[in-house]
Amino acid sequence: MIRTFSLKPAIVLFAALSLAACTDPSRFGDNVTSSGPLDGAAGLAGSASDPASPAYFQQSVGDRVLFAVDQSTLSPEGRATLDGQAVWLLQNADYTAVIEGHADEQGTREYNLALGARRADAARAYLVSQGVQASRLQVVSFGKERPIEVCSDEACYSQNRRAVTVLAAGLTG
Amino acid sequence: MIKRVLLALVLAVVTAPAWAQGPLRIEITEGVIEPLPVAIPAFVPETPESADMGQQISRVIAADLVGTGLFREIPRDAFISQISDFIAPVQYADWKAINAQALVTGAVNVSGDTVTVKFRLHDVFSDTELGDGLQFAGTTDGWRRIAHKVADVVYSRITGETGYFDSRVVFVSETGPKDSRRKRLAIMDYDGANVQYLTGSEAIVLAPRFSDRGDRVLYTSYETGFPRIYVLDVGSVQRRVLESQQGTMSFAPRFAPDGQTVVYSLSQGANTDIWSMNISSGQSARLTSAPSIETAPSFSPDGSQIVFESDRSGSQQLYIMPATGGEARRISFGEGRYGTPVWSPRGDLIAFTKQSKGRFHIGVMRTDGSEERLLTASFLDEGPTWSPNGRVIMFARETQGAAGRSTLYSVDITGRNLRPVRTPEGGSDPSWGPLQR
Repeated sequence: MIRTFSLKPAIVLFAALSLAACTDPSRFGDNVTSSGPLDGAAGLAGSASDPASPAYFQQSVGDRVLFAVDQSTLSPEGRATLDGQAVWLLQNADYTAVIEGHADEQGTREYNLALGARRADAARAYLVSQGVQASRLQVVSFGKERPIEVCSDEACYSQNRRAVTVLAAGLTG
Repeated sequence: MIKRVLLALVLAVVTAPAWAQGPLRIEITEGVIEPLPVAIPAFVPETPESADMGQQISRVIAADLVGTGLFREIPRDAFISQISDFIAPVQYADWKAINAQALVTGAVNVSGDTVTVKFRLHDVFSDTELGDGLQFAGTTDGWRRIAHKVADVVYSRITGETGYFDSRVVFVSETGPKDSRRKRLAIMDYDGANVQYLTGSEAIVLAPRFSDRGDRVLYTSYETGFPRIYVLDVGSVQRRVLESQQGTMSFAPRFAPDGQTVVYSLSQGANTDIWSMNISSGQSARLTSAPSIETAPSFSPDGSQIVFESDRSGSQQLYIMPATGGEARRISFGEGRYGTPVWSPRGDLIAFTKQSKGRFHIGVMRTDGSEERLLTASFLDEGPTWSPNGRVIMFARETQGAAGRSTLYSVDITGRNLRPVRTPEGGSDPSWGPLQR
């Protein structure tokens, strides 16, 4: 005895439509933190010798603070760097910033996103405590998605556990 | 003529292979199982143009069954008699002689863009069929689905459990080095075939999650520069962003069994909590309110409870709370950190990622935290997802160092049968969908 079943042809329809699924990046405007150079290295205006330039902020003031394993507490070095960032931001009031929190690869994806948020917020809160307007600062976490060093040793991990202050010229005009 | 083989899954019972004598069956237990020898001759072509498909379908059926670790395929060059006529009586003596416990015979008829497949499952040592012959019809494009359907019936009749071969997996397909990795959503058959891409790789995409019916996928994307949750219709590939508050980040979404409620993590400042949202109305509610990290929520199959991870005790551990929020009870107490819990479709087990002594493991425990079992160990194993029948777990394994790459693997919940799932690019964050109808 043979019983018959017919399969719905859903899979065929799917294959044709998926071609239309590609994202159109132009629809999402300036995705400054989602692709392209991260951590602010490229495309910064000005010369590092000009104290009012983003390049100076990044290289001379220092755009990042580092964290211990699974921690979001600012180190004395980190607070010193943020003191410099606060002074610079107060003197250059037409810049806003996005503070990016990052984690090393030793952790699960979701947890690292939350941990990166803690780190970014620790830097944000410190800058605000030093007088920077909260409305000029945004935070975002990339978890372990965007390491800058790729080895699987503490030498790399220590550089990846970071909060980076990425400038944007937001208040001009 | 029809033998019904009903087997309860009894994890605790250790038995010898049960197929040596008596009815054809495999008891899936924790005991060591010697794979059951099965013969799968090429399906008989009913027209000359059906010959290729007859070969291909029998190959996919064999790959499905062998891939479970429960079956061993007898090489075709060992066959004494050939199956050239689907209707003619099977010469059981010829199959007993090569110790084929099970024999799958079939016929294929390709007509235009339609293919019809008939098959029978034989219990060789009982000189009889196991269950009725069945026939599946579909489009030629969907021939692999028909092969998976046949294999699901064979698996189900011999093990007494529901199959899982006619199912799909949504995952993140990865290319490029660690410091500039490109990720896009992809969907594939459970065995890595028929990969289709659902998004581009312009923005980071993370952790797609199927709805229970497999018709929609939730995922996290950085399209706006900030992580937000999107819902994508698998049929139309249309997607939309879920409501979110300015200045927050939302991620780690999962559907409730009702397909209407979504649970997810929301980060505000330094704090991450679990929220739920009605996907139609956008109405949201906060389910946890501790200052610690609460993330990776997953519903029980009946929708009444949520398992999640929290570091409220000082390190990542697993907790269960009512689906509406409220008091949570901790269930993980072993050494190390526990994350990414996922409730099994049977309701009896929680799969998780464990970090201990610098290694990562995929493991399972009962919902009260007892009977913890680690199934894998490596530099970085992460993100388990359950097969529709709760027998197999798929996860991602990332290799160490500058050239590290992420690949999908599957493992039986007994810890046996660890195997890579071949995908065109690297893979991570798999989510296994339901058995297709």
